[in-house]
Amino acid sequence: MDTRLSAEDLAFQTEVRQFLHQAWDKELAAKCNNRATMKAGVEEWQRRLYHKGWMAPHWPVEYGGTHWSVTQSFIYNSERAAVGAPEAVAFGVTMVASVIIAYGNDEQKAKFLPRILKSEDWWCQGYSEPGAGSDLASLKTRAERDGDEYVINGSKIWTTYAQYADWIFCLVRTDSSGRKQEGISFLLIDMKSPGITVRPINTIDGFHHLNEVFFDNVRVPIENRIGEEGKGWTYAKSLLVHERLSIAEVADSRRALGELRELARQEVNGGRSLLDDPLFARRLTNIEIDLMALEFTELRALAAIEEGKPPGPESSLLKLQGTEIQQAIQELRMDVAGYYSGTLQGDLSASQLGHEFADYAQKMYFRGRASSIYGGSNEVQKNITAKYVLGL
Amino acid sequence: MNFNLSEEQGQIQAGIARFVAEHYAYDQRNAVVAMEHGFSAQHWRQFAELGWLSIPFGEEQGGFGGGPVDTMVIMQEFGRGLVAEPYLATVLLFGGLLQAGASDAVRDDYVPRIIAGELQGAFAYLERHSRYAMADIVTRAHQQGEQWILNGEKTVVLNGGAAQKLIVAARSTGAQADVAGITLLLVDTNSAGLQRSVYRMTDGAEAANITFKDVVAEAVIGTVGDGYALMEPVVDAARLAICANALGVMEALNTRTLEYCKTREQFGVAIGSFQALQHRMVDMFAACENVRSLLYRAVCAAQESSPDARRSLLALKVMTGRAGRLIGGEAIQLHGGMGMTDELPVGSYVKRLMIINSLFGDADYHQQLFAQLVNAPVSGAGDATVKAA
Repeated sequence: MDTRLSAEDLAFQTEVRQFLHQAWDKELAAKCNNRATMKAGVEEWQRRLYHKGWMAPHWPVEYGGTHWSVTQSFIYNSERAAVGAPEAVAFGVTMVASVIIAYGNDEQKAKFLPRILKSEDWWCQGYSEPGAGSDLASLKTRAERDGDEYVINGSKIWTTYAQYADWIFCLVRTDSSGRKQEGISFLLIDMKSPGITVRPINTIDGFHHLNEVFFDNVRVPIENRIGEEGKGWTYAKSLLVHERLSIAEVADSRRALGELRELARQEVNGGRSLLDDPLFARRLTNIEIDLMALEFTELRALAAIEEGKPPGPESSLLKLQGTEIQQAIQELRMDVAGYYSGTLQGDLSASQLGHEFADYAQKMYFRGRASSIYGGSNEVQKNITAKYVLGL
Repeated sequence: MNFNLSEEQGQIQAGIARFVAEHYAYDQRNAVVAMEHGFSAQHWRQFAELGWLSIPFGEEQGGFGGGPVDTMVIMQEFGRGLVAEPYLATVLLFGGLLQAGASDAVRDDYVPRIIAGELQGAFAYLERHSRYAMADIVTRAHQQGEQWILNGEKTVVLNGGAAQKLIVAARSTGAQADVAGITLLLVDTNSAGLQRSVYRMTDGAEAANITFKDVVAEAVIGTVGDGYALMEPVVDAARLAICANALGVMEALNTRTLEYCKTREQFGVAIGSFQALQHRMVDMFAACENVRSLLYRAVCAAQESSPDARRSLLALKVMTGRAGRLIGGEAIQLHGGMGMTDELPVGSYVKRLMIINSLFGDADYHQQLFAQLVNAPVSGAGDATVKAA
């Protein structure tokens, strides 16, 4: 047992810190955190990563990846989260790219990977449907073969950032005769194709990130299909495992918790800092202790991957516990905001309103409710753990 | 970065697992606990022969020179089997204090006898009023010529019945709860003026309340008045050890509960097929993994003398108490009526978890210490600027 970093890893950590110090600045943070400029801000950040060669660390080197070890990826992610910089938007570089690299053909790799690397295409994910949520394999969007094209009819829902997207990767049904997991194919669809409509979904957090995407006789060339027809479920599943690990956002919760502690220190109730209230301190430290455990659950999974072993059964807990911790932080932040957790800032400035972080607190609280629903609801995660880990 | 055991550690683990498989079936354990002092003298000799008693001691005294990971391996395996022999009291506490603070002469005399399995010891620190504050001591130590004299009472001294020697924390100067002014004294349990009331703990272990009336000590362990500084690291190491022991207990409870739910049928199906029970077992599994993660964190931090060591240890003790309550309660519940009986070992495992929670301070006590540590303002660490959404 040994958790110390090698001299090489310590040098890498220094390099990461130096890069973040230069590349992540206040203006860019403001741009990324403002709804109107978010897309441009994130793309600017991703271009800075690209110029450093760090846009797609987990890709094979021949496509633009790095040779980072698991420990180095962990170091990068910890340092990135510590300064509050976002991850590259996962739909392109992490999700669809993993499937293209693993199952795509050479033409597909040459066409899509360089554009993802340079943030020239914005991707969204077409998985869920009105009738297929946690039970994803029940999806019904049809793809019928017509010559060299598929004709797509149906709709996708909860499509994050579809309003920005150039492309969508979709699970569609090419055959409905067998088991529901069979007959699903994985298609890459140009969002400018005739017949696609995007309808925004207004959500309780006041952001516009979710959409419904309708397909009305949309024609997609068959060369946009990944792998074999009818094997899409296998490709999609490989992605879900990845999604569950990244949703945990352990390092981001570490930063959020540190910020929350300082906010609470400054809040005064009857002359006493909220941090000195024993009931508050108990809730805060409950979260901190859970997070300390999860940090090492993540390290245990990473250490296993580094040795070429499958991540152990503990990795099934990362999504479940990671999102529980995120929500606990969001809930406590609302309580720190007090009265202001119920005020709408609107066009006022924070100083006019009288409280700086209330708007952020309530938006994150309501937005965060989704984390125990997406990526397979937490109840589904428990079913998966019961079946595959406990053998029930 | 790795969480693997060394080859030697793997051998120790396998050896103890083999011992448990051969000697610690539930009826065998019940027979052991029913023996005088609540453990088997024969087992203890076997531990000595196998070298397990030597592991934490320095090589100069004939020990193995082991560290926190080695102790973790031993205690976790002992937990899986619910081993009753007093490794904590004699080797880790009594032996740990001797190793850390005794004069060369005393250490070179006593440590080899512990390693040989010839000497039982105990650490007497608790008093009736002191609850979890280990410095809250009124038992008096005063000097008379060359001799140190003890007066007072110690309670819940684990292994206090079998112990031939004690190390007693007594007050030589200062006020009742002062950290300064505590002196550790080595005392023979056959000394004139020493009286023991011996009783059992709920897990079968023996403990004693011990009164001292003008008892003459054999030696001072460490520096006069500075005993607390000696106790603290030894007790911290013992905290790690009992949490490892608790992890072994939790693993055993989870395994047994899972097996029971897979085989017990009601309404024509195994009860483990019910989703309500499945989710509860996932919660038990998650609680156990949380303890394992914090144990690895705290053990590695201790081994590497990391600045994270104290924080991790406190978090671990909180989590161990909390997870122990959850797993213990659920194990009984999921075993149904059988969980209420002494026919299965479930109850014995749960009792060990309850004792571990209160040992050296319960989850609430440690959470307060944790809060004081992590909420203390750190200069430059608090970047409170928050993103505007």
